[in-house]
Amino acid sequence: MGRLLVPLLCGLIFGAGLAVSGMVNPAKVLGFLDVTGQWDPSLLLVMAAGVAVFAAGFLLVKRSARPLLAAKFEIPTRRDIDPKLVAGAVMFGIGWGLAGFCPGPALTGLAFGLTKVYVFVAAMVVGSLAYGLWMRFKP
Amino acid sequence: MDIVNFTPIPALIGGALIGLASALLLLLTGRIAGVSGILGGLLPPASGDTTWRLAFIAGLMLAGLGFVYLGDVSAIAIEADTPLLIAAGLLVGIGTRVGSGCTSGHGICGVGRLSPRGIVATCIFVGVAMVTVFVTRHIIGS
Repeated sequence: MGRLLVPLLCGLIFGAGLAVSGMVNPAKVLGFLDVTGQWDPSLLLVMAAGVAVFAAGFLLVKRSARPLLAAKFEIPTRRDIDPKLVAGAVMFGIGWGLAGFCPGPALTGLAFGLTKVYVFVAAMVVGSLAYGLWMRFKP
Repeated sequence: MDIVNFTPIPALIGGALIGLASALLLLLTGRIAGVSGILGGLLPPASGDTTWRLAFIAGLMLAGLGFVYLGDVSAIAIEADTPLLIAAGLLVGIGTRVGSGCTSGHGICGVGRLSPRGIVATCIFVGVAMVTVFVTRHIIGS
């Protein structure tokens, strides 16, 4: 039950945060990214508060042997900056800047019944799936 | 530069909720709340690893449904037309897989645990997105 309910509630709280902060609205995200125009700094505070609260929780993680409902923490261990990280971040940055959508707000926005959200999410799924299939079946 | 539409209190509350959800998911299930990674793990799905991913995404959509009733969907403004949305979606879909994360996994969790990869990726995608908006709004758009 916890295996289903906990991720569901975490997704719900996460999505509520995106909704409350206005980050589900691409216009507000673009307002932050448009630093040379009329600037809306809101996203900066969203990130700052999110990072601060997560960092506090991470202190508890570091003192815990294992998560409460699972065998081990699955935390990335790599620390190297490789070309794939840089290239992927550049591609994501361009896509994010073109429409104002990143994955969290796009999936949350599926409930809005807006065709444009469906189009973006469909393209995002196709892109992610293409990469996933390539990695699984590449020669 | 003029400051417009700044909503500091909802931004701080919303951001804190995002951080709380990410911390809870890690403390309870041991998983990083990176939305592109959670979705990507389903594309294609791996056996025994799909339920929690679908549940988290369902939670996101449930929050979106809450916004439909408690918020104002008519305020949601998506400027991009269909071809641009397709290009943007493909770039976000592929880029977040190649670069192992997005605004949540790198931006909140990676930065929050002082991961060098998370910090570098976040600086790059925020910077590139700002340049992209500058080009589309002020060079091509003007």
